[in-house]
Amino acid sequence: MMRSLGIVAALGVVVAGIVAFGLAPREVTQGNVQRIMYVHVPAIGVAYLAFILVFVASITYLWTRAPEADHIAHAATEVGVLFLGVNIATGAIWGKPTWGTWWTWDARLTSAAILFVVFVGYLLVRRMTDDHERGARFAAVVGIVGALNIPLVHFSVYWWRALHQPPTFLKPGPAAASASIGWSLLVCFAGLALLGAYFVTKRYAVLRAHQQASA
Amino acid sequence: MRFVRRTWAVVRKDVLIERRTKETVNAVVFFSVLLLFVFEFTLGADRERLAAVLPGLLWLAVLLAALLGLGRTFVLERENDCWEALLLTPGDKGAVYVGKLAGNGLLMALVETIVLLLFTLFLNVDVAGALPGLLLVLALGTVGIAAVGTLFGAMTAHVRARELLFPVLLLPALVPVLLAIVRSTEALLAGESLGTVDHWLKLLVAADVIYVVAGLLTFDVLLEG
Amino acid sequence: MVAATGPDPVIRVVGVRKVFGLAPVLDGVSLDVHGGETVGLLGPNGTGKTTLLKILATVIRPTRGTARVAGHDCVREPEDVRREVGLLAHESHLYEDLTAMENLVFWQRFAGERVRNDSLRAVLEEVELDHCADLRVRTFSAGMKRRLSLARLCLGRPRVLLLDEPFSSLDQRARKWLEQYLQDFAARGGAILMATHAFGAELDVADRLVILVSGRLIVDAPRGTMTADEIHRFYTLHTEEAS
Repeated sequence: MMRSLGIVAALGVVVAGIVAFGLAPREVTQGNVQRIMYVHVPAIGVAYLAFILVFVASITYLWTRAPEADHIAHAATEVGVLFLGVNIATGAIWGKPTWGTWWTWDARLTSAAILFVVFVGYLLVRRMTDDHERGARFAAVVGIVGALNIPLVHFSVYWWRALHQPPTFLKPGPAAASASIGWSLLVCFAGLALLGAYFVTKRYAVLRAHQQASA
Repeated sequence: MRFVRRTWAVVRKDVLIERRTKETVNAVVFFSVLLLFVFEFTLGADRERLAAVLPGLLWLAVLLAALLGLGRTFVLERENDCWEALLLTPGDKGAVYVGKLAGNGLLMALVETIVLLLFTLFLNVDVAGALPGLLLVLALGTVGIAAVGTLFGAMTAHVRARELLFPVLLLPALVPVLLAIVRSTEALLAGESLGTVDHWLKLLVAADVIYVVAGLLTFDVLLEG
Repeated sequence: MVAATGPDPVIRVVGVRKVFGLAPVLDGVSLDVHGGETVGLLGPNGTGKTTLLKILATVIRPTRGTARVAGHDCVREPEDVRREVGLLAHESHLYEDLTAMENLVFWQRFAGERVRNDSLRAVLEEVELDHCADLRVRTFSAGMKRRLSLARLCLGRPRVLLLDEPFSSLDQRARKWLEQYLQDFAARGGAILMATHAFGAELDVADRLVILVSGRLIVDAPRGTMTADEIHRFYTLHTEEAS
């Protein structure tokens, strides 16, 4: 099953690549650099999906103590952090030629950075607790609080920026209403989501095998 | 009723021990005074600039002192080897959480009072006009910080690198609360009414509710061995 | 206290396995203890005695197997088990900066009950600590702390005592006191599971001895059917086999 998912994911990424770099319209003012948006925006979408999964899996783990739930939460956090990292990095890469700076404290980048640290904290807690099972429990709590925090982070950071800056910075392209951009984004999102799902399943399998070997 | 009694037992015990040893309170108060000096030395030359960043500094001082004090919440239990006994006494473990939260709240209230006093005296901040609104913001912010701090404090009490992990977990989790209280304090000190920061207050209330409920629901799991 | 020495064991452990990291600390342990019985749990250090006690006390969960106390499952009904069990561990479970009385007041209030100073004083008398009621626990000797810990435990009127090296670092007088206390407890129908790695005079309180080596129970026999030398040989034999 993982194999077929892997193949589908690979296909998805290829299609997304074609769409992003070939089929999608060239943006007038920013040029080809703007195409990085097709990775940047879907990446955070996939990250959010991953963190919703972390939330559900963590609650399930605390309720049932089933190690499978813990493995899912763990794998999903890793994938979520990965895609967040991609989102932040591509945001910076996009920003440099477009606005001259690597980092702007705009609402979206800042939110992403905060969430990144929160969920890295999840991984750190696991690593730094001596007893594995205890670490899993603690991490689940961090995951739950972290996920609950997501909307709070969003509102607070957005309002914080809204007072001091016009909300222009990383708006995707000139015409948000442009249909072809919308479709391209969707295709790329699907491709990346499939890739993310593949990563999660692979990671889950590794974690499960590791746990069964030591049981 | 049992829950209240249990919570009260925890609060009273912590206050009693703190009164005797004065460990945490001394460190935290002393630290706040030191911070005042540091702020003056690093930023004091330009009075206007200092006035502009004052709300941020105020809360920075409170937060740093809180980091010191909140992390120690459960170290007391570990040092006295009472951790297990708290788990093994039958009853709702959430009472331990609320009790510790209340204790931390008291500690933070103390820190905030001292910081406000010091800032008023030494850095010429006029808080009189904004006081009622400020107290509300302080109260809501304190609950939020204490709620998450107590939860993560319980978690990191058993971790090897506690001094490292506790701030790493706490600070990003507190960003919404921090933004809310700094912005609100800023507005209030600038003479604006409470109504203008209405959305921030709502956010604080939402955050407080979410954190306390999450804490109550997950605390058992943290006490287990 | 219910003096029930019925057919059902008060403690029933079946096939308990506990893994920390990669190595199993307990590897398929099964044990029964009845009301009124005192069982000595022997074994070299680090073989899982404390782990077994902690599983029965509901501090940790077993990786596999079941543990039941007074008919309640330790994993599924921990609060019910906690009502019946008192754990006297290496940790004293006392606050060093509080007085003996203040400690008892805290633990009684923390159990959700109204504080009754007179009943607490009576408990202190039972453990012969009434004259130090207002002294800080920090100033107590090991024996005094052990007695106060027991007093705290018995506030809850448990049916089962789980003891981890209860006689260690106690002087002669304190030892005698503890022996008598445990005998009284068992006489009232309570069950005692006592872990110890020494096999001297403290074993006299036990009715039965079980030996835990490398995570397995290799012997379960009435006390008096083995000499100290034989016990010692069991320890070394098994660890030799294992290596």
